[in-house]
Amino acid sequence: MSTRAISRLDPGDPGTKPAVSLTGVSAGYEHNVVFTRLSLDIHAGQFAGIVGPTGCGKTTLLKIILGTMPAFSGEVRVAGQAAATIRPGLVGYVPQLGSVDWSFPVTVEEVILMGLYTSGRVWPWPSREERRRVRDLAHRLGIHDCLRHHIVHTSGGQRQRAFLARALISNPRLVVLDEPTSGVDIKTQHEVLHLLGDINSEGITILLTTHDLNAVASHLPWVICFNNGIVAQGRPQDIFTADILTRTYGGDIVIVRHEGHFLIANNTPLRFKGDAQ
Amino acid sequence: MEILLEPLEYEFFRHALLAALMIGALCGLIGVYVILRGMSYVGHGLSHAAFGGAVAGFFLNLNFYAGAGVMGLVAALLIDRITRSGKVKLDAAIGIVTTAMFAFGVAIISQARTSGLSFEAALFGNILGITHGDLVVIGSVTAVNIAAVILLYRPLLFSTFDNEAARVFGIRTGAVHLIFSLLLTLSVIASMNVVGVTMIAATLIAPAMTARMITDSFSRMLLYACLIGAVTGVAGMYLSYIFNVASGAAIVLFGALLFCLAGLAKLAQQKFALSVTLHRHGDLIHSHPHTEAHLESGKSAEDEGFGTPKPREPARKPL
Ligand SMILES: Nc1ncnc2c1ncn2[C@@H]1O[C@H](COP(=O)(O)OP(=O)(O)OP(=O)(O)O)[C@@H](O)[C@H]1O
Ligand SMILES: [Mg+2]
Repeated sequence: MSTRAISRLDPGDPGTKPAVSLTGVSAGYEHNVVFTRLSLDIHAGQFAGIVGPTGCGKTTLLKIILGTMPAFSGEVRVAGQAAATIRPGLVGYVPQLGSVDWSFPVTVEEVILMGLYTSGRVWPWPSREERRRVRDLAHRLGIHDCLRHHIVHTSGGQRQRAFLARALISNPRLVVLDEPTSGVDIKTQHEVLHLLGDINSEGITILLTTHDLNAVASHLPWVICFNNGIVAQGRPQDIFTADILTRTYGGDIVIVRHEGHFLIANNTPLRFKGDAQ
Repeated sequence: MEILLEPLEYEFFRHALLAALMIGALCGLIGVYVILRGMSYVGHGLSHAAFGGAVAGFFLNLNFYAGAGVMGLVAALLIDRITRSGKVKLDAAIGIVTTAMFAFGVAIISQARTSGLSFEAALFGNILGITHGDLVVIGSVTAVNIAAVILLYRPLLFSTFDNEAARVFGIRTGAVHLIFSLLLTLSVIASMNVVGVTMIAATLIAPAMTARMITDSFSRMLLYACLIGAVTGVAGMYLSYIFNVASGAAIVLFGALLFCLAGLAKLAQQKFALSVTLHRHGDLIHSHPHTEAHLESGKSAEDEGFGTPKPREPARKPL
């Protein structure tokens, strides 16, 4: 996988085009237009996070980019290709773990192997080469110990890594993750984002959504504030201002800066039960 | 032994046994996907639609399989079409489409009741009169399904586990779903004569559920369900002969019995695991499996076993 960092310098390579490019895209559901005339470019090699309130259309935006939902109008291109004609394996996807059926009878190894299911091999059982790739990647992500475990018998961090491994195993150019920081503790959140940073440094474009502004501020180089459209985008230190966040979330948000760290909070002071009012 | 060999002297029983063996394996295999894709009701509905087709076919002097096949396929395609827009839920679509087709069959029968025809066999299954032709149909459908499950193993598994991700990864999930619906329709039609329309859903589901109880691996579940289905078919056929009950009912009851046994075994195993791992920290009595980390910390599961509680012990240091 370490050879991949070099290939993006090749000018003929799709990696040098914007990884994702939306032009005038409108999308939504039957009686519910979620966003209109959205234009967005995500450069190859970017590590970007989309933040915004619940129901603002983050998942919808990802579905449009991934091509699992048609746009009403506008043009969607991924690595220079129309979303419908994307080569299998070019885009890796990590769904929101809340949507996974944890009682389904598969082991961690079987989940990771699914990432190779469009590589052309027909036989049900994995080839030696496929097994080796799964083992190597599992080692890298630190989940080699639980390859044989049923998915329900794994921790939140291991689950996230297992699905990340499934997304990475086909050597994609772009990895899209829906809320990879949800449902895990602060330390695991940090580890997952750190890992994504490592993967990004090998030239793989990463796009994720999250609700965790503080994690974004400390790990991601690029943020898109979203609320039925783009409110602002840029480096977190530039755009995480009280004004922009208040426009994104519609609440009263304060930013505490302390020794170079951000802390973003709702402007309702924390009170503990029993404290004097 | 005698009781097992005696009925084999009859050709009709040998036919029935072979048919039940193949149908058991076939339904077990397809049933794994049926339960994991949440399509139990589809199998149930398709068999009813096929019944309507079989009756209509009979009065048009068509082959049984031709009538049932056409109606079954039409129902499968119609359901797929109606639900594709996402406006109508799957169960509602099945309810209207297949029940209407079933009602069509019932209407014809009640009109022609005087003709003295009985469709009881198609409803509840019959071990008499399974012909060479039936065996050929059942054998080919079983072979086609097994081949398809092997060749489509990867796309089928991925789309069953996580349809949306499968699409992103480049699997043509719409086509996979359609092919699976056709395989299911074929299986249902092939099984109709032996297990009966009303019993097909359980014949599909029971072996897969039992297999799920005893394994966490998908490929093993496929294999086990197939074997359990075959055993269920054979055992059900013998029970049907010995106790003179409808073959479909016997197969379903035996399948349900196996499922209960697997459930009880699992419960007993959990109870056992619980009693091994039950221990106390101070006043707190609880149970969790002891990992290696626990054991390395110097205490074995036994010296904390619930059977020999210590009055007081220092709280365990957090892991
Ligand atoms: N399948 C659907 N059919 C109709 N409306 C939908 C559907 N899925 C989402 N919506 C609506 O579209 C809007 C955007 O939803 P979306 O899931 O994209 O939000 P989100 O930003 O991902 O929210 P969250 O942070 O809670 O995940 C919401 O108003 C939601 O109610
Ligand atoms: Mg969402």
